[in-house]
This record gives sequence, C-alpha cells and structure tokens, in this order.
Amino acid sequence: MSEAQEAPRMPDECGVPDPMSYMHPALKKNYGNWAWHDRPQVGVLHHVAKDGSEVWTIKAGTQRQMDVYTIRKLCDIADEMAGGHVRFTTRSNIEYMVESEAEVQPLIERLESEGFPVGGTGNSVSMISHTQGWLHCDIPGTDASGVVKSLMDELYTEFKQEEMPNRVKITTSCCQINCGGQGDIAINVQHTKPPVINHDLVANMCERPAVVARCPVAAIRPALVNGKPTLEVDEKKCVCCGACFPPCPPMQINDPVNSKIAIWVGGKHSSTRSKPSFHKLVAAGLPNNAPRWPEAADVVTRILKAYKEGGKPWERMNEWIERIGWPKFFEVTGLPFTKFHIEDWRGGRNALNASSHVHL
Amino acid sequence: MATNKPDTPLLDQLEDGPWPSFVTGLKRLADDEGKSYAPIMKSLLGQLEHSYETRKGYWKGGTVGVRGYGAGVIPRFSEVGDKYKESKEFHTLRIMPPAGMHYDTDTLRKMCDIWEKYGSGLIAFHGQSGDIMFQGCDTDNVQPAFDELNEMGFDLGGAGAGVRTSMSCVGASRCEQSCYDEAKAMRMVINNMLDDMHRPSLPYKFKAKFSGCANDCVNASHRSDFAVLGTWADDIKVDQDKIKEKVAELGRKGFNDQVVNMCPTRALSLNDDDTLDIDNESCVKCMHCINVCTKALSPGDERGVTVLIGGKRTLKIGDLMGTVVVPFHKMEDEDDYEWLVELSENVLDFFAENALEHERTGEMIERIGLVNFLEGIGVDVDPNMVNHPRTSSYVRMDGWDEEVEKWNARKGAAAAE
Repeated sequence: MSEAQEAPRMPDECGVPDPMSYMHPALKKNYGNWAWHDRPQVGVLHHVAKDGSEVWTIKAGTQRQMDVYTIRKLCDIADEMAGGHVRFTTRSNIEYMVESEAEVQPLIERLESEGFPVGGTGNSVSMISHTQGWLHCDIPGTDASGVVKSLMDELYTEFKQEEMPNRVKITTSCCQINCGGQGDIAINVQHTKPPVINHDLVANMCERPAVVARCPVAAIRPALVNGKPTLEVDEKKCVCCGACFPPCPPMQINDPVNSKIAIWVGGKHSSTRSKPSFHKLVAAGLPNNAPRWPEAADVVTRILKAYKEGGKPWERMNEWIERIGWPKFFEVTGLPFTKFHIEDWRGGRNALNASSHVHL
Repeated sequence: MATNKPDTPLLDQLEDGPWPSFVTGLKRLADDEGKSYAPIMKSLLGQLEHSYETRKGYWKGGTVGVRGYGAGVIPRFSEVGDKYKESKEFHTLRIMPPAGMHYDTDTLRKMCDIWEKYGSGLIAFHGQSGDIMFQGCDTDNVQPAFDELNEMGFDLGGAGAGVRTSMSCVGASRCEQSCYDEAKAMRMVINNMLDDMHRPSLPYKFKAKFSGCANDCVNASHRSDFAVLGTWADDIKVDQDKIKEKVAELGRKGFNDQVVNMCPTRALSLNDDDTLDIDNESCVKCMHCINVCTKALSPGDERGVTVLIGGKRTLKIGDLMGTVVVPFHKMEDEDDYEWLVELSENVLDFFAENALEHERTGEMIERIGLVNFLEGIGVDVDPNMVNHPRTSSYVRMDGWDEEVEKWNARKGAAAAE
C-alpha cells in the first residue's frame, strides 16, 4: 500500500464572500460616495457620485428559477453590453450597470428582445417574492413558481410602468408559515380542514412531544390507535394552520380541495412614513386552481385597480386603506366582509375599533 | 433505456404569457440530450406535472450534508420516486452570495458549469433565505459540487436550527441613502457566527439582515431576529435651491400633498419663499421626504444604525416585527463595527441559553418580557423602545427609586461627555 490515504477535503469555512471582488468597477470606485439619484425612465436608475461620475442601472425581471441557459444568456448580455457585471435584487430582478447614457437604450432593447421585461422601479408592481412550492418544498400547499408566473403575466404592464400610487410588493406563500413575508398584497395558502392522520406511521416518523408542543392552540395530544402510539387532534380546537405537518408528515394538512388560497393586503416592511405593518385578511376560500389560479389573479387585479384609482401619490396600500377606511375598501373592491375578518388571535382586541370614528 | 420527456399539459400552460417562464427553462434542460441533467429534468417535470394534477407536493426531507458541516443542504427525497426515478433525490445546496448580490459573469458561468456537471442545471437567484439555491442533485453529487463551489470561495449557507444566511441591501455600493457600510457589517457579524451556522445547535433559527436606511430594502424589520437599519442623529441635509426646483416641478399644492403632509411627525413645512423648514428634533428619519426629493434632501452626516430584535413569520404565535433594542449607535470607525459584532454575539448567546426549543427571539422576548432580555444582553432601557409607556397599573414597583437613580446616573454621564 502506498502512502497513507489522502485525508478527505474539509470545507474552507470562508463565510460570506467579500463583494468587492465581484462588484462593477464603477460601484466599487464610488463605494460610499454617492450623491443623488433619479429615474430617467421606467426600469432605469441613474446614480451620480460626489465626484460627478454617473452610473445607469437597468433592471429586468427574471423567472428566478433559472436554467443554466437562461443564466448564460444573462451573462452574454452583461459581457457584451454591461462590462461583465450584474447584481440581483431581493425580488430576483437582475440589474445591469453602465457608465454612459448612450448604452442604456440598446441594453433595454436587447433585454426586451431576449424576453426579460425591463421595469420594476419606482411606483411599479415589482416581481412577486417567490417561495419554493411543489418544485422543491417538503410541505407546500401550492406551487410558487406557477402562481408567480401566472400573476406576473397579468401584472406585466404594471411591472413596466410606474403608475401606482407607491411601490407595490406582492408576496406568495405556499403554507401558513408565510415564507413570502409581509406584502402590500399576499397570496397565501389557507387550510380549511384539520390534518388527516396516518396513524400507522406517526410512531416511527414523528417525535411526538415535539409535535404536541408545536401546536399553537394545544389541540394535539398523544393517543393509542389500534394499539399503536400516535397523535390525535381535537378538531374543535384545531385552527388548521398546518404547523404539525412539517415535524410530522403523517399529519397531512394539504388537500387538493380544502387547501384554499387567501388574499391579504396592507403589509409593509419599511419604516417609511408609517411604521411597518402586517397584512390583513381580505379574501379567502379561493380554489387552489393550478396551473393559472385565475380566481386569485382576479382578486389581486381588482385590489390593484382600486388602489391605483383611489390611492394618493406615495400612499402605500395600507396607508390608502387607513385613509379611506375598511368599509370603503370592501365597497370599491366588491369583496365580502365576513365574521372571519374579525381577529380573535392573541392581542386581537387591538384590532377592534375603540372609538366613534366610523366611515359612513 | 432513456426516459422520455413526459407529457405536461398543465405545465405547458405556464409557457404562455409575456413573463419569463420557468417551465420553458425546465424543458430546455430536459431536452438537452447527452447531458447528465436531461434525464433528471425529464423525471422532475413528470413529478411536477403530477403535483399540478393532484394539487399536492411530494418531497420529504431527510439527512444529507457535506463533510465537516451539519447544515446547509436541503435534502429532498421524492415520495413518488418509484415513478420518477431519475429525480428521486433532488437536494438543494444553499450557497451564500457575495454581500449585496454582486456578480461578475465569470463567477456565474463557473457556477453554471459546476451545476451542469453535478446537478440539474437549475439555479435560483436567490431563495427567500438570501441563498443561491443550487436545486436538484443526488446524494452522491452533493459533496463534489460543494467542494468545487467552495474552491471558488463560496460557502454553504444556513438551514435548520442555526444561524441563517443573511442579506444586505445594495447600500453603499450604489445608494446615497446608505447610512453605514452594510456589506462590511453583514460580513463581520455573520462570519463571526459561522460555527452556529454550519454546526447548528440553537433552539431554532436565527436570522440577521442589514438595510442601509428606513426603506429597509431587505425587509429586515420583519424577516430577521437581528435587524440593522441605517439612520442618522443630526439634521437632514438640504439643498434649498433644489427644493425650490422640486416645488416648481410639483407645484405648491403638489409639494405640500406629496412631501410636507406625508411627514409622519409633522416635522416639515414649506416656507413662503419655497424653501423647506425642517423640525429636525421631531424627525424620525423615515426617509419619505428624502425618497421624493432625491436631489434636494439626504441623510445627515452623523450616520449609524438602529437595531431591532425579534422579527419573524407566522409560526407559531403569529408574525412579529422586530422592536427597537438599540435606538442609535454611530457607525464611523472599526470600534463601532466591533461593537455591532459584540452585540450580535450577546443576543445570540442569550437566545441560545434562554429560548425554548423551536422558539424564535421574538417569541422568547414576548414570553420573558423585554426588560429581562435587555438585562440579559446588558442594554439599558430607553423610551425609544416603546410606542408608549405602560397602561396597566398591575405591576409591582417597589424598586422604583433605584431605577430612577440608574436613569439619572445615565443622564448625568451622558451630559458629562
């Protein structure tokens, strides 16, 4: 036998890479020294540094889930027209930087001709924040890529123009954990029936005390079924949230009919003007209607139309509703207001109107 | 026998319409005869179409990782793998991008080459976690794919009950509203926690995110346990000539409607000569007027950060926003960045020791109270931490005089500085 067997490679625990090695040279040169910006046209940001140097950024939408051909095509465009550098935004838009205004229009035309819509800046509807769904998640009630694609087809024009009162951030979530986060509009799965339990598998697959502890309403308790240790759900208490499903896959929460889509509005992460706010339920019971989800798309477009018509400049969705009031919101969107809209979760009384302020 | 590409009548409907289609990309990979990923993607398309038909997901987790690390790979085993064999193992590698998600094309092309060789050819830029998601490879290919990415200078991100991959906004690299060096802060904080990312043993996940101002472009307030938001302590910088230009552009009514009257603390008024009067003591640095008047207004010179703790999503007690724990700390020199690292260590340590299993920082604080948390991490109370003081009298207050002394001592010390 030759020398001792080569030791296996251990990871280089290098952590988050330093962006300086990858950054566009104009951004690197002016790092921390920018003076102001404007938006000469939709999809284009123009930043001016303190020393007068200028950078134009062209923003385009992508499908996020990209095959290597798409990525290489985006690289080709960068190599030919933008100095070989790009960056991505939080919402999976790609950004190209150029240092002269003359390079802007040809780049826009090239991106559009290759099928990448230029837009997503200012008061537009930007790309929908995108979770994993049926493509890769282990607990999804719906698909994410398909919902996003279907909605962005509908909102394509709004992505390419800045005609909303303020920016619109739409999110999707394939389960009630809400991975998509808060959105001006959130399109989220809402289960309507308790989990269906395969009692033969629970004992082997689930750490039962952890599952009991996971339930937000203490509806799960240990049980014996056919002589086997398992878990049972008090269906009167169950809120059908699906929190037990990830740690215990035999507690199947997803159902092709009873897992519905709900729409929420008025979520906002930023502290700009008003403090951050959570999105609020406005519609539910919509079918999980793959592959195009027309019912969900209809509600979303209705809400956007009302916001676009009624919102004053710079009002985000939640600020617009705060001004006009919830009765008006339900009136202008034509959505029904039901007992399910009234909060009864912890702190729910804070959501009630403790005043004589009513919209009549 | 080569797998045939399945019929996908439902997915095919997602190839119509103007927005770029992921289905077209999946099919392109499936059609790429001779490539190792083509059969994987044919199979994957079959399973995905099956999901669309039955409206259910078919992946389950498991245990897959790389040598030396305990997290960062998302294992996916198909529950219908006997029918869709070539994609029955379809794991994801979470790889941390450069701070601010900047790339050169050489790097992106190398990543494509690696994922073409070992995986499915499908990459997401980026996941909600902030990672580059190299989606779809079998168990045997996880290690070699990671090794090659790691040789490029990229490292695995977080998963499970550990520190998670972070995000910072575009910040100082291209934004005049940036109030600190977001990328530097992010790298210093996260790269100091890599042990808790790669060998996780925390009660539950721990996320940190870094935004350069109150616009919070990476959604730190809600989507992280440790949210660092840029701000400033002195006056907004004003170019009054540019204000006049903006007033001329919008008209006086327009300027009042869109700028003055939207100030959340009524800190603005338009002077008779069309210059702007700013009550800087009342300003809460919300960014609205600066967003509208990008040429005329900008953050002050005394820049730093506000730190919020406890943001999270719905599971299990409902969504929470982070709340203020540090109202302001300047970010000028190396010591300030070291201070931030130390604060993050203190928060993480306290969380590790005191949270219950599967409890996030926000839930822990709700359970134990903010004051206990502050005492645990050695931070003094401050009125900026609350919307308003207590409204209920049901509290035992026999230590009142001592607390007043502490407040007075702090005020005295601050005045002496």
